[in-house]
Amino acid sequence: MTTARRQVPRHHLLSVLVENKAGVLARVSGLFSRRGYNIFSLAVAPTDDEAFSRITIVVDVESAPLEQIIAQLDKLVNVVEISELHPDEAREAELLLVTVAADAAERAQVIQLVGVFGGRILDVSHGEITAMLAGAPGSLDDFEELMRPYGIVELQRTGRVALPRLDVSADRGLRVAEGA
Amino acid sequence: MQMTGAQALVKSLEHGGVEVIFGLPGGAILPVYDPIIDSSIRHVLVRHEQGAGHMAEGYAHVTGRPGVAMVTSGPGATNIVTPLADAYMDSIPLVCITGQVSSSAIGTDAFQEADITGITMGVTKHNWLITDANEIPRVIAEAFHVATTGRPGPVLVDVPKDVANATMEWYWPEEVDLPGYRPAAAPDPAAVEAAAELISSASRPVIYAGGGILKSRATEALLELAELTSTPVVTTLMARGAFPDSHPLCLGMPGMHGSYGAVTAMQQADLLVALGSRFDDRVTGNLAAFAPGAKVVHVDIDAAEIGKVRRPDVGIVADCRLAIEALSGSLRARGDLRTSRLAPWLEQVARWKEELPYTYDRGAADGTSPATTDRRLPGRPPLLKPQFVLETLRDATPPDTVLVSGVGQHQMWASQFWRFERPYSWVNSGGLGTMGFSVPAAIGAKVGRPEATVWAVDGDGCFQMTAQELVTASVERIPVKIAILNNGYLGMVRQWQHMFYEERYSEVYLSPDLPDYVGWAEAMGCVGMRVETAEEVLPAIEKANQVDDRPVVIDFRTDAMEQVFPMVPAGASNDDIVVHPSQTAALEKARSRS
Ligand SMILES: Cc1ncc(C[n+]2csc(CCOP(=O)(O)OP(=O)(O)O)c2C)c(N)n1
Ligand SMILES: [Mg+2]
Repeated sequence: MTTARRQVPRHHLLSVLVENKAGVLARVSGLFSRRGYNIFSLAVAPTDDEAFSRITIVVDVESAPLEQIIAQLDKLVNVVEISELHPDEAREAELLLVTVAADAAERAQVIQLVGVFGGRILDVSHGEITAMLAGAPGSLDDFEELMRPYGIVELQRTGRVALPRLDVSADRGLRVAEGA
Repeated sequence: MQMTGAQALVKSLEHGGVEVIFGLPGGAILPVYDPIIDSSIRHVLVRHEQGAGHMAEGYAHVTGRPGVAMVTSGPGATNIVTPLADAYMDSIPLVCITGQVSSSAIGTDAFQEADITGITMGVTKHNWLITDANEIPRVIAEAFHVATTGRPGPVLVDVPKDVANATMEWYWPEEVDLPGYRPAAAPDPAAVEAAAELISSASRPVIYAGGGILKSRATEALLELAELTSTPVVTTLMARGAFPDSHPLCLGMPGMHGSYGAVTAMQQADLLVALGSRFDDRVTGNLAAFAPGAKVVHVDIDAAEIGKVRRPDVGIVADCRLAIEALSGSLRARGDLRTSRLAPWLEQVARWKEELPYTYDRGAADGTSPATTDRRLPGRPPLLKPQFVLETLRDATPPDTVLVSGVGQHQMWASQFWRFERPYSWVNSGGLGTMGFSVPAAIGAKVGRPEATVWAVDGDGCFQMTAQELVTASVERIPVKIAILNNGYLGMVRQWQHMFYEERYSEVYLSPDLPDYVGWAEAMGCVGMRVETAEEVLPAIEKANQVDDRPVVIDFRTDAMEQVFPMVPAGASNDDIVVHPSQTAALEKARSRS
């Protein structure tokens, strides 16, 4: 669901509170495909209230204007609230798992780089290392670039999740769902 | 009170005020059909589930109440997908109940299993798969609420067989609790003021009235606003009847086959006041060239319509009637409406309307009849002109007639040549353009308005798609009247092949004689008539109007060469409107003036 490209401004982050009902993810993803909107990444997880889940979607606004995407999403009966999180006002995080080729000579360099980024080594074999890194999507991008020369065997990213930054008042996020 | 889920379902429908269900039973919905025997709700047994869906639509169109259809799982459910898509496009409130295989069998490719909630997600406003009999009254209440409020639309409730058989304790929810569903209602006063400001300063305004006027019961409010501000009104295909055609400010239908006056007034407007309309591509033509000099006020209850196609200068998300009333209030408070400012515009618009009306070849100096063309099939009288048949039908039917149509050339002529004076007197498939709509929709309309005369104008192609529902109409004594404009062709497709494919007619010929429409009608318990000459047209219609105990089908033999004019070719600018060949001089004159 993710690619390794660096975030560019045409991507916007929507935090969508949905009722925790069967099929709700299909409704959201179906809406995007039916209307030709592109999803850059999508992550779903339960919230502290079991009646609701939160879907964090990074949308590509070249396919349609953001306000149109939000308005169409808002029409889904199970969508309760949509906030657009501006990158400057959000704390974003993502998880990356990567297996890189690293022979004995390269092993120490790779382990060192993982350490610099605050990641963890999960597995080591004679020729490969699997590492995990959680953090801001941008630093994951950087880490991925640095791993590339060693030979990425497999890589997976989860798509980002986000919460509003605390130093910016929490209700700055655009609340479009209310009454509109 | 303990009861089965099935009993609770029927009781919930009764609580929802349902008076009629259109449907057809089968294995998975069997438990629900049992309590229907004891219910006060009328059930109309259709011959194909598509018929049930379109009947429910026709009923909803003319009554404003939700239409209800009930079908079984699998093929029953998939057969009703087309009407759901049709209702979704045209914002028709429908509640469709489908049977489903038992909960434990879901996902196993069980007999007659289809994932109908998955299939219909994109063509319903919302749908539900019930998992517990206790949910039934709550979900039915929610279903009616969602279908009928905000922008209306179809919903579907899927009921597994074991859920229908389970027992539950009856209750009726007094309120629905849908945290994510908050339809708009009242307009934002600031937006209303901004819109009123634009209206009061425009010098070439046009009201672009859409189906939302009818959905929000805003026809009186519209009349008041138009008269208050002396603004000409165009009524889209979905809004025919929302503003009286005879009104001096009415310009009729805009769009691909709209009137020259409506199309051109929109093109040259400096303000479009879009009320419950959605800038459909059949209205705008080439979007980049559409109404280039116009500011736009857009009122719609669906926030996603605002700016979807054309970015408005003022967008108002609200119920159309409330918004129009607020606009009129604000304008009246301004006092000086200075409608004299509009005099040159009104004069110009009136001239377009007068000089370039809908027309057809009404007979030439050589003595050819206005009713027929000079073409004939071997051994037959000259063919009828479809427009003549429509004009005769229009003039021979009572004023409260409901006109229903299929999809094709006949639909465009019906919209053009009828005179719509009342709301809810026109039923057609606009957004999806569903051939086969008219016969069942007419039946549903007649069930909803039994006192009204219901005529369907249908094409020979369309008729063959759903004609079997006339058996339903005969058995149920629903006396609808069908006028087939039988040109022996998929006429609209033929017209495109004529204009854009060098007259290479690929797979559009149907034969006027096969099937034998009269024999077929009679076999279905209807009165069948064939009309080939001009003299027979009126007597046949009058005879049909007298029949009140069974459906009537008239097979009018019309000329396949007739084309629908005006026409804006697909993708072209509305400025490049092609008028009837007899009007080229009038067009030149009109263009040289403006
Ligand atoms: C279900 C369906 N299939 C195909 C079409 C494409 N289509 C649009 S108009 C038309 C021809 C309709 O023929 P007929 O009912 O004879 O009407 P006419 O145009 O001749 O008046 C066709 C095939 C459609 N609108 N709906
Ligand atoms: Mg035809």
